[in-house]
Order: sequence, then C-alpha cells, then structure tokens
Amino acid sequence: MSSNVITVPVGQIEARPWVDELHQWLTTVDHKRLGILYIVSALLFLVIGGVEALIIRVQLMHSHNNFVSPEVFNRMFTMHGTTMIFFVAMPVLFGFANYLVPLMIGARDMAFPRLNAFSFWLSFLGGLLLYFSFLGGSGLYGAGNAPDVGWWSYAPLGARAFSPGHSSDYWTLALLVSGFGSIGTAINIIATILCLRCPGMKLNRMPLLAWLNLVMAGMVLLAITPLSAAQIMLLIDRYLGGHFFDTQAGGSAVLWMHFFWIFGHPEVYILIIPCFAFMSEIIPVFSRKPIFGYPVMVAATVCIAFVSLSVWAHHMFTIGMSSYANSFFTLTTMVIAVPTGIKIFNWIGTMWGGKIQFKTAMLFSIAFLFQFLIAGLTGVMMACSPFDWQLSLSYFVVAHFHYVIVGGILFALFGAFYYWYPKMTGRMLSERLGRWHFWLFLIGFHLTFDVMHIPGILGMPRRIYTYEPGRGWDTLNLIVSIGAFIQAIAILVFVANLIISYFKGAEAGNDPWDAWTLEWSVSSPPPAYNFATVPTVSSRRPLWDLKHPEDPDSRYE
Amino acid sequence: MSAATTSFPNTPEAWDLPSRGKVAMAGLIIAESAIFTIFVVAYLFYLGKSITGPTPSEVLETPIFYTICLLSSSLTIHFAAKCLARSITFAFLGLWLLTITLGGLFLYGTAREWHRLIYDHGLTISTNLFGTTYYSLVGLHAFHVTAGLIMLAIVAVFGLTGRVGVKQSGRIEVLSMYWHFVDAVWVVVFTVVYVLGR
Repeated sequence: MSSNVITVPVGQIEARPWVDELHQWLTTVDHKRLGILYIVSALLFLVIGGVEALIIRVQLMHSHNNFVSPEVFNRMFTMHGTTMIFFVAMPVLFGFANYLVPLMIGARDMAFPRLNAFSFWLSFLGGLLLYFSFLGGSGLYGAGNAPDVGWWSYAPLGARAFSPGHSSDYWTLALLVSGFGSIGTAINIIATILCLRCPGMKLNRMPLLAWLNLVMAGMVLLAITPLSAAQIMLLIDRYLGGHFFDTQAGGSAVLWMHFFWIFGHPEVYILIIPCFAFMSEIIPVFSRKPIFGYPVMVAATVCIAFVSLSVWAHHMFTIGMSSYANSFFTLTTMVIAVPTGIKIFNWIGTMWGGKIQFKTAMLFSIAFLFQFLIAGLTGVMMACSPFDWQLSLSYFVVAHFHYVIVGGILFALFGAFYYWYPKMTGRMLSERLGRWHFWLFLIGFHLTFDVMHIPGILGMPRRIYTYEPGRGWDTLNLIVSIGAFIQAIAILVFVANLIISYFKGAEAGNDPWDAWTLEWSVSSPPPAYNFATVPTVSSRRPLWDLKHPEDPDSRYE
Repeated sequence: MSAATTSFPNTPEAWDLPSRGKVAMAGLIIAESAIFTIFVVAYLFYLGKSITGPTPSEVLETPIFYTICLLSSSLTIHFAAKCLARSITFAFLGLWLLTITLGGLFLYGTAREWHRLIYDHGLTISTNLFGTTYYSLVGLHAFHVTAGLIMLAIVAVFGLTGRVGVKQSGRIEVLSMYWHFVDAVWVVVFTVVYVLGR
C-alpha cells in the first residue's frame, strides 16, 4: 500500500499564564476552539434553561400552588423556550458542526475563520442580551422585566401597549443578533463543504455528517431569515410606530403567526437533521457495519428539508384557516413522515446483523430511535387537523414536542458527546458514570414526558399558572415534576462526568472506537492545523481503507 | 478505478472546487432573498388594507429615470470586472466610478421621492399600513444599495491609489455578484410597488 499514511504530529503544549490562555480563547479563529466555545456556552445556557424548567415544574406540582407569582411563571416559560431553542440547541449543534465538518472532509479550517469567530460571538452575546433583560428590561417605564409573552411572542402581545418597557425589545434584539450569527455560520458551513474538501472527497464520498450539515445550513439560510425579517418588522412597529401587526390600524395578527411559523417549523428540522447526522456516524461504528443505504439517506434528508418548508401552518389549525389550507398542511405534514421513516429504517438496517457494541454513545442512539419514532407518531396524530382542534394548546402538544426535542435531539446530542469527547479532549468519558447518566435520564425522561401526554388529553391547557384540584391532573403533574428532577440529577451526573473525565479519564489515543472517518486519523485533541499533510481519500471510509489495505472500500465503488 | 492497491493514492485526480467567495456570496444572496420575500409578502398582503389614506395610486410616481440608472449600473459593474480581469485598469476605474455615480443617483432619487411623500403628502411610516410596508420594503432595499455603495467606494479608494489589479479580480467579481443582486431585488420591488401595487 501507499506509504502516504497521515502523519500524527504531537502537539507541543506549553504551560502559559492563564491570562494568555484566556486571551487565546477570546481571540481564537480556530474552528475547533470555536466549536468548543459554542458547546460550552450552550451547556451554560442549558443549565439556566433547565433551572427555569424546574421552576415551572415546581409551580405545577400540585393544584393552587404559589411557588412563584404568575408574572414570574410567564417569564420562566418564555425564557425557557427561547433559551433552549436559540441559545442551547442551535449553538451546540453549530459547535459540533464547526468542530467536526473540517476534520471530516480533510480541511485545515472553516472557509472563513474570522466570520466563524464573529458568528459565535454574535450568538453568544445575543444570549447575554436576552438575559440582561432581567436587569435592564424595566427600562424607563418601570414596567416589565424579562420577556413574558411566550417564545412565539404572538401579536398583539409583543406590541407596545401589551408589552411595555423593554422586555420584548431584548427578546427581539437577542433573536435578531443571534439569527445573524446563525446565517454567518450557515454560509461558512456551506462554503467549507463545497470548497474545501480534500482531494478525492467527492460529494458522494462525504461522511453523512457533512452531508446532513450541508442540508441543515441551507435550511438555516431559508428559515432563520424570515424570523429576522419578522423581528425587523416588530422593531419597526415598536419603535417607529409601524402597523405591521397592529390590528387597530388594519394590521394582521395572523401574519405574525405565519412569519413566525415559517421559521418555527423548519427550525425543528434544522435542529433534528444534525442529530440524524450524529446517528449516521455513531450507529455504523458501534454496529461494525457501514451505513445502510447511503444515497437514500442523503435523498431522504434533502426531501425532508424541502417538504419541511411547506408544513408550517399545522401550528395554526385552530385559528380558522380555509379547509383547503387545512387539508394542504395536513397532507404535507403527514408526507414528511415518509422520508423520516426511511431514515429510521436505514439505521435499523445498519444495526441488523451487526456486532453491536453497547457503549454509552450507542445506548443513547438506540434510545433516540425508539423515542424519535414515538415523537413522530404523536406528530402524525397532531397533523390530523380535526385531532389537532381537540388537543392544540394542551399539554399533549407540550409532551409531543418535548419528546422530539428531549427524547430526540437531546438524546442524540448526549450520544455525540460520548462519541466525540475523546477526540476533543484526548480523554475518554467514564462509561460507569455514563451508564448512570443514561439510565437516570431515560427514567426521568419517560416519567416526565410519557405521563405529560395524559393531562393534555384530559384537557390541561399549556402555559396555565395553576389549576383547580379534582380534575384528575394533580397526581399526573406530581409524577411529571418528579421525572423532571430525576432528569436534573442525570444532567448533574453528566456534567460531573465531563469535568472528572477531563482530568482523570483514560487516555483516548487517536482512534478509540476503531472508526472510519478522517477525524480519527489525527491526534486527540487534533493539532491547530488538523492535518500535517492534506489527506487524499478514495472511498467513504478512508480509515477502513487504511486499516484494511487487503480489502479497501474503494474496490467496491 | 485502480484504487484496489492504494487506499490513499499519492496522485489525486484533477481536483477542482468552486471559489469560496462566490459560494459564500451565493449563500448570502439566498438568505437575503428570503428576507426580501417576507417583506414583499407583507407589502402584497396589506395592499388596499389601509384604513386611512393616502393610497399608493394617489401618491406614488413611477421612478423610471432612477430605475434606469440602477439597472444600467449592473452593466457598468459587469464590464468593470471584465476590464479588471484583462488588467485594463484605467477602463476598470472609469466604469467603477460610473457605477458609483449611477448607484448614488438612484439613492438620490429615493431620497427625493421620500421627501415628496413626507412633506407634500404627509405619508410617514406610521401614517397607515401602506406607509409602514412601503417605507420598510423600499427602505430595506435602499439600505442594501447604501451598503453596496460603501463597499464600492472602498474599492474605488483602493483603485485610485493603484492597489486594485488582476490579483483582486476574484474579489471584485464577488462584490459585483452582490450588486447584481441588489439590482435584481429592485426589479421585484419596482414591479410589486409601482406596477402591481397601483
């Protein structure tokens, strides 16, 4: 075989004074450091958003509770939703994309390293701006505090008359600023993947993670921008006396809903597609088989991206659209289940007949498959507009989308953490703590979100501050809250694992999982320049070819 | 492929990837198009829904001259970029300055129109839905023209000090993509506001 083995340079790490080290992190344009900054900032906001969720759950633990005031309760659910979507899920996924995409396609950095740093700081400072509202939200009017009109900020609640002070302005500006950051990162990911692939890395040889992030970035360009446009309109309404969403001047509150959800629903897919990407890397490696149906996976992803741009109004069945609109959005919403089903089928096909290794990353992936399936099934139920009329704005919907976001996205993310942490830090995460984390989180998750469907069916509306006793909701809500605390304990175990393993974990080496993509060919953590010599690939699994020169994949392409 | 013996062949096949600048600008244009689409949808949705006057048909005048200015600036920047690629620097500078002049004229036209609407017809952004959507849409476009003019002016300064040559040709083409986009958006805005909207 060729002697051109990728060299593994040993990083010369000298101890620097901490001020220098901090300066390095603050001014870095290295995609790996920015990736870690994204991930760490997201974890920070995850803890904040998690505490807000716990406050909500304590308040709803039993009827007539007054753990917090109604005003604080409104702020909590608004901030919880906004934080989790914009300052946890998006940044953490961008972080992984930033870290992994250049390594996987054999590039030395992203296409625009400074734009990359700029985008990260926009997102992060957007998050700080949102939380500054707790201090500055009262403004000159002495009214308001943190945003409290829900993460949709439905018109006319966002208007000056109903949201005085500056709380809604902080919300708007935070989303606008972080939205620009997202657009910058998306452009960067697209340019990196299209322009910086190493020789031989044709589009049909790219790791699925790169493919899926390419699709995700394309969706960001089309879906985040409507939100930015709507935020600009809201600012015009609030500051220049415009009438976009002012019903008294003929404006339309429904238009805001359309603009919000034409962002809001593709956003779900922007979040889940990178998680599909994690699954498509983790499941094959721990099943010891190449991914089943690579071209179909790509096609299904593109199909999902395409259809997801035309399903948004299924969030609006209850506002009284025409029967044609209802039928159209029912149909498109059901259609999107087909490519999603193809994906689940392919992951199971990958596992089928494989020598499955039940590492923690794989446990989270398998849980993802089951839970994402159930989340998808309740999604198809809600897609039926008559069914939705019954259950829209109830806790059934809350349970459904948390099943997607926690049971799907968060489980996939935990899998990704266990899988790539050794690459990022050079240390293995503890499997023992990992198993505690997995089982505790699994139990907590199902206790909370399986049970949460039932009060929804029994008629408990979402966002209510408290409820009357004797409606059959009390015990169920208590169980839901207990589950939330079990999840919180699991997160603490996870954070402890991250910290302890960083100092005491076993040395990872270059390739702890015997994997096949290029990031495992360099040292852990990789040197600043990634590859001493830019690699050349001739199949989808370059490291397999390297390890098995007698039977390389490239023979079968 | 004879890759059976080599997993990492030393001699790659011809490997040609698109320019990152152009891909990124294409990405930005897609994103910007989505933003403009939302504003255009809002404009069309609110046509004729204003509760009070003035209405578009009462006050709007078609800015034909300034539209010709902006659209022809697309031609001048195109030929400027061509000249630079062939390193005819003098013609490049001349056409570049002409582009800036035409873009500037267009902005002047917008300013004149807004002045007339505000002072003669009392139409501001808070007057009615037409005012809100009109100033937002046309203003968003004018903002993009302004941003483009600033970038063009920076290139002009570098050009006049003799620092723009064939080497920079690729970057100039990226900037010219942006300028074409700004022009294309005006075609849509013009059609929506001055043709369909009246």
